[in-house]
Amino acid sequence: MLIINCPYCGPRPELEFSYAGQAHVARPADPSATGDDEWTAYLYLRTNTRGVHAERWRHARGCARFFNALRDTTTDRFRRDLSER
Amino acid sequence: MQKYSAWALLREAFGGQRGWQSQWRRASPAPEYDAIIIGGGGHGLAAAYYLAAEHGITRTAVLEKSWIGGGSTGRNTTIVRSNYLFDESARLYDHALDLWQDLAQVLNYNVMYSPRGVMMLAHGVHDVQVLKRHVHANRCNGVTNEWLSPEEAKAFCPPLNIEPNIRYPVLGAALQRRGGTARHDAVAWGYARAADALGVDIVENCEVTGIRRDASGAVAAVETSRGLIKSRRIGVSAAGFSSVVIGLAGVRLPIESFPLQALVSEPVKPVVPCVVMSGSIHAYISQSDKGELVIGAGTDAYTSYTQRGALHVNSHTLAAICELFPTLRRMRMLRNWAGTVDVTTDRSPIIGKTPVPGLYVNCGWGTGGFKATPGAGHLLAWTMAHDEPHPIVAPFNIERFRDGRLIDEAAAAAVAH
Repeated sequence: MLIINCPYCGPRPELEFSYAGQAHVARPADPSATGDDEWTAYLYLRTNTRGVHAERWRHARGCARFFNALRDTTTDRFRRDLSER
Repeated sequence: MQKYSAWALLREAFGGQRGWQSQWRRASPAPEYDAIIIGGGGHGLAAAYYLAAEHGITRTAVLEKSWIGGGSTGRNTTIVRSNYLFDESARLYDHALDLWQDLAQVLNYNVMYSPRGVMMLAHGVHDVQVLKRHVHANRCNGVTNEWLSPEEAKAFCPPLNIEPNIRYPVLGAALQRRGGTARHDAVAWGYARAADALGVDIVENCEVTGIRRDASGAVAAVETSRGLIKSRRIGVSAAGFSSVVIGLAGVRLPIESFPLQALVSEPVKPVVPCVVMSGSIHAYISQSDKGELVIGAGTDAYTSYTQRGALHVNSHTLAAICELFPTLRRMRMLRNWAGTVDVTTDRSPIIGKTPVPGLYVNCGWGTGGFKATPGAGHLLAWTMAHDEPHPIVAPFNIERFRDGRLIDEAAAAAVAH
């Protein structure tokens, strides 16, 4: 089980969190003016990084807040120094 | 190829077992091939075999970064079934199931395909409705599947607990008698041996590090840890690592890679006669011919390439198993592990051409690729040989995500995910 450092509450077991996928995926500002390819990328395409992955977690069974974290997907270790609010 | 038979067994028994040859050559890569398959799992080896056997493309290489069958092929729970909801899926998975029937004879290799029946349990009203819908949809598509009452389910699988007072009571089950299990390693080895006999080079310890394209944008060669290999026809069949490999050609895939765990118990005498699956409580169990209970769990929550997962995921599954099969409560588990599964948003695979000419893909099988091994290889080979998607795989193209033509097996709860 991962020990995840919530920037608000400190290190907690993975069971308190829910995974929220790749970070920094922004919804296009004007969907009706967005082309099919860009909309597809927003909905479906993810980096699926093998290496350091920027992702979102939510401390769902704790403070309930979202935060960003960097985790190496080849070791599952977090880069704690870079977790941000 | 040294043919395996009762006569060969007898001959070797009297010859001190010294006459057995290695099953495939330890090939070194040639400078150029007519076709290259990246990924030496069951799917990739099957594709290479069918390219050589059915399309005459024998100048083919399978490039595997470690040893063949060592990724998801050797890590899955070996369940074979085809009871999928949608018309497109029914055709795809039933095509594979048809090929399983005489695979051992075709390959002259005992793949231990055992159609012992796959039973999917319903634990609530929603499960009952969904599984009955599957049964009816399957019948319309000519796929065998039938509905069982709890008593009929227990008659088919005696150790099953159908008491109404357990946390997830069994309200019924869908049974596909034609489904079952097969020996995963033997499938990879059987295809490797048969492909090798037709001239296919199986190159292990050969990691692809780049895909080169010519001025027109078409694929021209792959860069590997064992040098540059030219080919104008490249199929990627790299399961959990598909995003990484196909990313080398600048193509992005709508898949994410998750750990999926499995575990086996100590071997015991036959006790579980069929495959029992419960998608709702993430428990999948069968018994290998060696006697181990083979148990599959759900995926972990986060993307990862570590090929290991967390213990709480297994504990959750084992709690469900212990309740469904009280007789197994004191069994000891021997090993647990994880594979990396490539999951698409609609839980259906992607097979076919890519935007890059000469580059083909077979990925996105997620948590259920083993059952499709012969079919996926057969259809990828056809698609590569004809440079157009086989009619069965045509709906499983990459463009379906853009065009809104998802084959949304994820919404149909009986899919294991």
